[in-house]
Amino acid sequence: MTDSPLRFRDDAPHEEPAVTLDAFLGQTNATAVRIEPGDDVRELLPHLGQIALIEVAFPGFRDGRGYSAARILREAGYTGELRAEGDVLVDQLPLMRRCGFDSFAPRAEIDSATLQASLSRYEHVYQGAADGAVPVWKLRHGQPRP
Amino acid sequence: MYQYDQYDQSIVDTRVEEFRDQVKRRLSGEMTEDQFKPLRLMNGLYLQLHAYMLRVAVPYGTLSGKQMHMLAHIARKYDRGYGHFTTRQNIQFNWIKLDEAPDILAEIATVEMHAIQTSGNCIRNISSDQYAGAAADEATDPRPWAELLRQWSTFHPEFSYLPRKFKIAVIAAEEDRAAMRLHDIGIQLLKRPDEHGNAVLGAKIYAGGGMGRTPFVAHEIKDFVTADDLTSYLEAALRVYNRYGRRDNIYKARIKILIHEIGAAEYARQVEEEFAHVKTLGLDPPLAELERISAFFAAPAFDTAAPDTLDRSDPDFAVWLDQNVKPHKQPGYAIVNISLKPTVGIPGDASADQIDVMADLGTRYSFDELRVTHAQNIVLPHVRKADLYAVWQALDAAGLATANLDLIGDIIACPGLDYCALANARSIPVAQKIADRFASLDRQRDLGELKLKISGCINACGHHHAGHIGILGVDKKGIENYQLSLGGSGAEDASLGKITGPGFDEDGIVDAVETVTNVYLAQREEGERFLDTYRRVGMEPFKVALYG
Repeated sequence: MTDSPLRFRDDAPHEEPAVTLDAFLGQTNATAVRIEPGDDVRELLPHLGQIALIEVAFPGFRDGRGYSAARILREAGYTGELRAEGDVLVDQLPLMRRCGFDSFAPRAEIDSATLQASLSRYEHVYQGAADGAVPVWKLRHGQPRP
Repeated sequence: MYQYDQYDQSIVDTRVEEFRDQVKRRLSGEMTEDQFKPLRLMNGLYLQLHAYMLRVAVPYGTLSGKQMHMLAHIARKYDRGYGHFTTRQNIQFNWIKLDEAPDILAEIATVEMHAIQTSGNCIRNISSDQYAGAAADEATDPRPWAELLRQWSTFHPEFSYLPRKFKIAVIAAEEDRAAMRLHDIGIQLLKRPDEHGNAVLGAKIYAGGGMGRTPFVAHEIKDFVTADDLTSYLEAALRVYNRYGRRDNIYKARIKILIHEIGAAEYARQVEEEFAHVKTLGLDPPLAELERISAFFAAPAFDTAAPDTLDRSDPDFAVWLDQNVKPHKQPGYAIVNISLKPTVGIPGDASADQIDVMADLGTRYSFDELRVTHAQNIVLPHVRKADLYAVWQALDAAGLATANLDLIGDIIACPGLDYCALANARSIPVAQKIADRFASLDRQRDLGELKLKISGCINACGHHHAGHIGILGVDKKGIENYQLSLGGSGAEDASLGKITGPGFDEDGIVDAVETVTNVYLAQREEGERFLDTYRRVGMEPFKVALYG
């Protein structure tokens, strides 16, 4: 893993280590939790107010369950840090950003120039998601771009 | 036809640039083949037995003459002078060099085409009825809805790493010409009266169909979804699948397995629950967006004075008319099917010159429109009856007038072991031998509608489960062996074929096909197709004839 996660947030990084979902649900004071692909992230929804960091594990880059987990959290109003950890590849980051991830702990180092190019590449998107991007159907029907 | 605006063009052009960068990083070694694979697959680029194969999307099977000419150009410049039209209404080029793939994408982008999501574990090209906008039996033209879904599914942030590929078909007629119920999600558009008695268009949703090694016919999961809820509903359907579809076994990862395991009713319940939540997120485009898209699919300016009569005095022309030309909703017009199944050809293949001929005919005689069918043929959807003879002559001169639509010679076959890295057996030579055995068109016409489909492995790209006669090639201790199945259908009476018994070798399967057609000829009653006779008499008489 790289030394410090790639963060797209202004607040200070959260220091407390993340506990498993089971451990989190079994205690009341943890503020960081780690979600595995098979976990039901909706079990966290009653507790979002106390959580500062949710780390979503990507053991393999082909397993896309974490994308849904991220959106469900953001749709429920979670505003804390949402980190993608593990086999996270540079070409996946734009999609993950759209799903609401705002920090990344990739297992293998990501070249920063490639990352910058990747994140700034698309000017338009077709569908609404967890980011603020305005889908083209809104632009077509009168909504001004932000 | 749909035309890109600045946004569509920008997204497709950006994809070309992105893919060029990905190829560059792969060639420089910055990316491993394992990391590159899902990226190239999501762009339709497969590594096959001999070369890369590039699959170009033909959204809902609709093409302009200019786009068709571009395909001919790609075939000439980057391939060996031909292309292969597929069962998902796309086209594949089989001899592509990796470093040229970005140039091909750049060229096709100039005519509003792309290869986005023609492969990979994502939402694939949306398929539809090849007679859309021309058939009398449709509730509406399904293509605007398909285009709406094309845009929704393109680079979907949540659904680009699904458990497995995801195929959606949209139709709007009672007759199912797109094998809708053999898709992961099948959508049938229909009209229903609202509380004021006004007819409202909506979508009946089926889910969990598919072929492969465990075939299923899709179940209805929702009787009616209006256009302004459709995006949210599908978003919910895909989310349930993405979260709960199996990822432990590639052969059990399609949505059909999830639905089989939890039941269609339970899946529908979960989708409904998710939909209630998703609907609050504001993801649905306004109806004005569907109207904007629909305007591109307005009926062409038909010649209302076009004569409705035909000169059938040329007997060869008359045979072609009866077999390959279908009624059009507009008096004076007809739908022309161009068979890409000449007797000794490769099903679905067309040379660059033939593609150019079809493009010109589409431009000149069919309001600049062509369609690709899931049976790997081409359609000219709107031809004046008065022009049919000229069209037929031009097709005949190009070797494209084979009058075998829906007959035993109109075989669907996958590329098989001649091209495909997954195949266990060859499909093309078997298709050719069967076509040769039944080369007499009179004999084919006597057999009537008979859909024969061949797959070279269990993945069933040749739709053998849905064949009235299906053939599956397997590898049996290093020797190609062919299993025969009967009674499948991809149409509105969808059903899955049943295996007759032990398989056959390459020549044996040709004999076996002839044997089952002889049983049909002996047993059929007035007006029965092969499939009808099979359904009436059952497997036994066929088994007895095959195995004694």
